[in-house]
Amino acid sequence: MTPHLRCLLGTDQLTVSEIEAILKLARRMDPRRAPQLLRGKRIVLLFYEASTRTRTSFEFAAKALGATTTLITATSSSIEKGESLIDTGWTVTSLGADAIVMRHPNSGAPYLLSRYVPVPVINAGDGLHQHPSQALLDALTITNHKKKLKGLRVVIVGDVFHSRVARSNALLLSKFGAEVIFCGPPDLVPDVSATLAPGVVACHDLDAAMRGADVVMSLRIQKERLAGRQISLEDYIAKFQVTPQRMRLARPDAIVMHPGPIVRGLELANEVADGPQSCMHEQVANGVKTRMAILATVLKAAR
Amino acid sequence: MKAKQSGVALLIAGGRVIDPASGLDQELDVLLRDDRVAELAAPGVLKAHARETFSATGCIVAPGFVDLHVHLREPGQPHKETIATGTAAAAAGGFTAVCTMPNTNPVNDSPEITRWMQAPERDALVRVFPIAAATVGSQGEKLTSFAALKRAGAVAVSDDGKPILDDKLMRDALRAAGKLNLAVVQHAEDSRLTAGCSMNLGPTSFRLGLRGMSNSAESDIVRRDIALARATRAHIHVAHISTAEAMAAVRQAKKAGIRATAEVTPHHFTLIDENIGEFDTNYKMNPPLRSDADRDAMIEGILDGTIDAIATDHAPHAFHEKQVEFERAAFGIIGLETALPIALTVLHHHFKLPLWRIVELLSSGPARVFGLEGLGTLAPGAHADVTIFDPAKKWIYDASQSKSKSRNTPYDGWSFTGRVVATIVAGNVVYQD
Repeated sequence: MTPHLRCLLGTDQLTVSEIEAILKLARRMDPRRAPQLLRGKRIVLLFYEASTRTRTSFEFAAKALGATTTLITATSSSIEKGESLIDTGWTVTSLGADAIVMRHPNSGAPYLLSRYVPVPVINAGDGLHQHPSQALLDALTITNHKKKLKGLRVVIVGDVFHSRVARSNALLLSKFGAEVIFCGPPDLVPDVSATLAPGVVACHDLDAAMRGADVVMSLRIQKERLAGRQISLEDYIAKFQVTPQRMRLARPDAIVMHPGPIVRGLELANEVADGPQSCMHEQVANGVKTRMAILATVLKAAR
Repeated sequence: MKAKQSGVALLIAGGRVIDPASGLDQELDVLLRDDRVAELAAPGVLKAHARETFSATGCIVAPGFVDLHVHLREPGQPHKETIATGTAAAAAGGFTAVCTMPNTNPVNDSPEITRWMQAPERDALVRVFPIAAATVGSQGEKLTSFAALKRAGAVAVSDDGKPILDDKLMRDALRAAGKLNLAVVQHAEDSRLTAGCSMNLGPTSFRLGLRGMSNSAESDIVRRDIALARATRAHIHVAHISTAEAMAAVRQAKKAGIRATAEVTPHHFTLIDENIGEFDTNYKMNPPLRSDADRDAMIEGILDGTIDAIATDHAPHAFHEKQVEFERAAFGIIGLETALPIALTVLHHHFKLPLWRIVELLSSGPARVFGLEGLGTLAPGAHADVTIFDPAKKWIYDASQSKSKSRNTPYDGWSFTGRVVATIVAGNVVYQD
């Protein structure tokens, strides 16, 4: 591993070979029969924002490799008493943390923390900015079904503006030469989103975007974020729900992904969410394996 | 600020005098006496008149610099800055006069606070000219008493940081200020459109997942203010202009003979939003750093004369207010000690702007904007405020050595060409390199 991968902050900072190494390691990981690579290591899960799957999956991943974990949430700690992020970071490392996995509602918070603590910081989602472990597990899922990422047509549909998953995925996929189509209403998929990385385009017509798609990645829609915008919920469903009809526009072997949690009846028709092309459960399972690989890598425990 | 004892004379000898207000750019000695400029003459001629001589060989001798826009944080926030420390930083930056914004605690909306800021007990090293609040508490509801504030020493009115959005209130402010020949200084930002925003809107804000302020949130207010200034025949001064659209509006207003003036900060003609890098809060300011096209428009406005003054928007903040999550970090950077070095490095050495224009933007230009009598010129009879600088001196800025109480600057470690050698206020050397 190159020395600069002390932290995992964003997919834009990873090289293609670093990503490939993590994916290779992730494929070999089995949570039930894992080597105790992190025995004696203490990993702090610092969660300033609610999370089910990411938190649990990092916790299982750390424990599967023999590490001890402790969870710190904003509401049950000194954070509630007004402690600053830097002070919390110093406290946690003074207590003996070997790595910090952080979820935070403000974009960039893990970058700040990483400048002040001497241990690896793993970004488990920061504001609207990035969610690199999700993008890595998504890449693992895609490569389980497709030979290579290069040349794939990946449609990312939904609230791209508010999505750290969309940003991390597009930045990763672009590095491998995939074509990324951001799709959704103009409010949620602004034209500027196409400037994110080479090979990324913005599109406001899902039917057009779906033609020839290899991967359809649906994003969560928060109903409150549609409020006050030009598009109603009904309108959104009519124009941007991934339906069996629209899936017929994609390649027959296309896969459907969603980072969860899904809102039933909104982003995906049930037939698609629960259909044979859906990889949603596989994504969750891959989450643990990928995060095992990430922890082993940043703590330099990989063999 | 202490007055010079009468009768003591100081000769600034051997320098190149640039005084745009007098149309001078030549080797001259300058004699200061009784806190005024006494005489300018060919090198050597005045030697006999001075008890003290300051050698300015190889240096530019300019009228003392005037900064139209600083935050000295007193009263109320002495952990960030005091008038004493802020004016020490001003002196080190070559500024002999600073205009202080009213967003203190309490807000400077009264003659009492205006006078308090200018009292000798504040230990100011340079002249302090308060800009008073335009509305009570800068709450945007009721105008303050401009006449009483002016009598107390206020040189302009502004609700800086809390833009006056209401059309009628802004019209009333311009009308009242116009009668007293005061400028209304506006921080042009439609804050109804920028809630939750921490940087410029564009590719960088999208990539970083930060909400962005649009150019139009600035330029719409500038256009509205210009229209109101025309209607009231009053003077609108656009603080820290940052967008190409606002620059075009001011350029057009000037052509139409409207009393619109504008200042630009060193950071808006030097840096762009991409420089934020990985969420560096020393690049977080309001107005935000804009696109490279906007930065180019700032340079264009400086070159073509649309810009009247370079102002620093010196905004000191403590470590714990800056080194936090980007969206929670305070806006603003310190700037008094880096303004001249940046102007020389970027505008003179890179863009080949002549030195007299840089001196104008830092002295006679700003003095004219607020009508500061006897400042911004070295004409005999003017205040003996002088800035002496070496335009070719190469050095590296070390923020830890700043005279300011705060360290929030993006320029730490930058290499500059050009440095202040000495700053003289009312005939006293208040800073010497």
